[in-house]
Amino acid sequence: MEALIAVLVGVLFAAGTYSLMRRSVVKLVIGVLLISQGANLLVFTVGGLLAGRPALVPSDGTVPPEPYGDPLPQAMVLTAIVIGFGLAAFLLALVARAQEAVGSDDINAYKNTDT
Amino acid sequence: MSELSILLPIMIPLGGAIALLFGYRSLAVQKVGGVVFSSLAFAASLYLLYVTDCAGHVVLQVGDWSAPFGITLVADRFSAVMVAVSCFMGAAVAVYALSEIDEYRLRRFFFPLYLVLMFGVNGAFLTGDLFNLYVWFEVMLIASFVLISMGGKRAELEGGMKYVCLNLLSSAMFLAGAGIIYGKTGTLNMADIAQVLIHAPDSDVVISSSMLLLVSFGIKAGIFPFFFWLPASYHTPPSTVSAIFAGLLTKVGVYALFRAYTLMFAPIFDEVQPIILFFSIMTMITGVLGAASHFDMRRILSFHIVSQIGYMVLGLAFMTPLALAAAIFYLVHHIIVKTNLFLVSGVVVRLKGSSDLAKVGGLCKSAPWLAALFFIPAFSLGGIPPLSGFWAKFAVVKAGLEIEAWISITAALLVGVLTLYSMTKIWAEAFWKKQPDEQETVPTEHPGPLGFMVAPIAVMAVATVLIGLFGEPLFEFSQRASAQLMNPQEYISAVLGSGMEGRP
Repeated sequence: MEALIAVLVGVLFAAGTYSLMRRSVVKLVIGVLLISQGANLLVFTVGGLLAGRPALVPSDGTVPPEPYGDPLPQAMVLTAIVIGFGLAAFLLALVARAQEAVGSDDINAYKNTDT
Repeated sequence: MSELSILLPIMIPLGGAIALLFGYRSLAVQKVGGVVFSSLAFAASLYLLYVTDCAGHVVLQVGDWSAPFGITLVADRFSAVMVAVSCFMGAAVAVYALSEIDEYRLRRFFFPLYLVLMFGVNGAFLTGDLFNLYVWFEVMLIASFVLISMGGKRAELEGGMKYVCLNLLSSAMFLAGAGIIYGKTGTLNMADIAQVLIHAPDSDVVISSSMLLLVSFGIKAGIFPFFFWLPASYHTPPSTVSAIFAGLLTKVGVYALFRAYTLMFAPIFDEVQPIILFFSIMTMITGVLGAASHFDMRRILSFHIVSQIGYMVLGLAFMTPLALAAAIFYLVHHIIVKTNLFLVSGVVVRLKGSSDLAKVGGLCKSAPWLAALFFIPAFSLGGIPPLSGFWAKFAVVKAGLEIEAWISITAALLVGVLTLYSMTKIWAEAFWKKQPDEQETVPTEHPGPLGFMVAPIAVMAVATVLIGLFGEPLFEFSQRASAQLMNPQEYISAVLGSGMEGRP
């Protein structure tokens, strides 16, 4: 299972990087989003995956029975996804406004503030 | 009481931001509130600085979960002085904003966002947990994203796009690095990570994650080769915004680098040291060459941020007590000076309607007071004694001489000369030469009186001179702070030890 998700993380990062290299601004945004999803999935995976082993404490005990899934990566990913959604929404709104102002989807039209 | 001292610099800006949201109808409330709350935060940060300097470390386990299981807020001398200087800038720039920020931006919650930015910056300085550092970065970034693009003009949107995309990428890398460290060490508390790595420096995976963090913090700090977004975006928003960004945001990246490599990755520092050294030298050189080649005041200043970051990272790369002390001194000096230079460029734009050096001139005659106020931070940045920049550069170079790092020192000195060259360029073009006749410049519209813009500049110029003339106390403080950084065990036991006390 971990190997499969590891491959998926790699695919997401590769696809994201490829999208970043394109000249279209929309594809740039897609690339950024793919990479941030890849990072989320990576965090989720490095904690170790255990199917059907929630970290629940039985009513007569104080610790969950071994082996249990690590809940912390899930909490981290949840936070990261929420932050990621917020930033993605902002980025999309910004891109929409910028395209209106610049009048082009081509990244080469966005060079006015460079050197 | 000491727990209150670490909470106040975080809670005051947050409370202020929320309070100002309720007063959104009245511009006067927004303006007064922005200044009052940022001043209160400054007072709280001074208190934190005092408490931390007496106690060494101030640790707060949030929600009383003992470390390393809960969230830890921790201040050592380094983070306390960073918080104090940041809040000083926050208060000063808030006063400046009264006159520069127009009604359009005030109506769109400029001051609440500004306070959220301070909230994120202070939180990033004070957190003791790697994942929380990520969250504080995001708090800071989302506020800065809005601040940089809220004007809605084409240049701002373009600059904002570059800024937003690069920072999102760096956040993704940070998250990946933090995740890998967690997978390797099973903890996110920075002190605990350091503890684990001291005992088991299983270098391969740790080095890969430390590189991810180096790239991520490097993008935020604007070091070579990740700096290109900075000069492309920092000159687009109003000077108030660029000034606070220039002063604080890159320094948060530098702070994170320091924290990572003096605490968490201290056991494997020797393997990364050549990379950091190379990056820092290249940062100095490329930054100053960029500055030398430009002809717009605010772009020159943006490139100078990059080159000066190199000096601080150079101090980290040397990793001797003196070098770290020099870097801390440099950080304090540079935050004040660089913010001040951007504020001056804002006044130039206001008086002459442009920051392009070809269109501006004659300021020496028409505004001699501004020339004097520009002279102090500019030549402090260039390293002219007895201003603060001289002592900062002197300390970095002396630290390099002690370990005989000849190439780095040569580069540092050469960059100092080139810095001076581009500063004299601004001086000669904007202040010294006659106003070009063919370019009839129009002063921009006046949202407020000029006095609010000049007062913070003057205060910071005085601070620069004072640091230059009476730098000894600050340098001694930097040495105490660097002694703490050189001895991470103290930090580890402060964080992990105090959480364990009085528990079964």
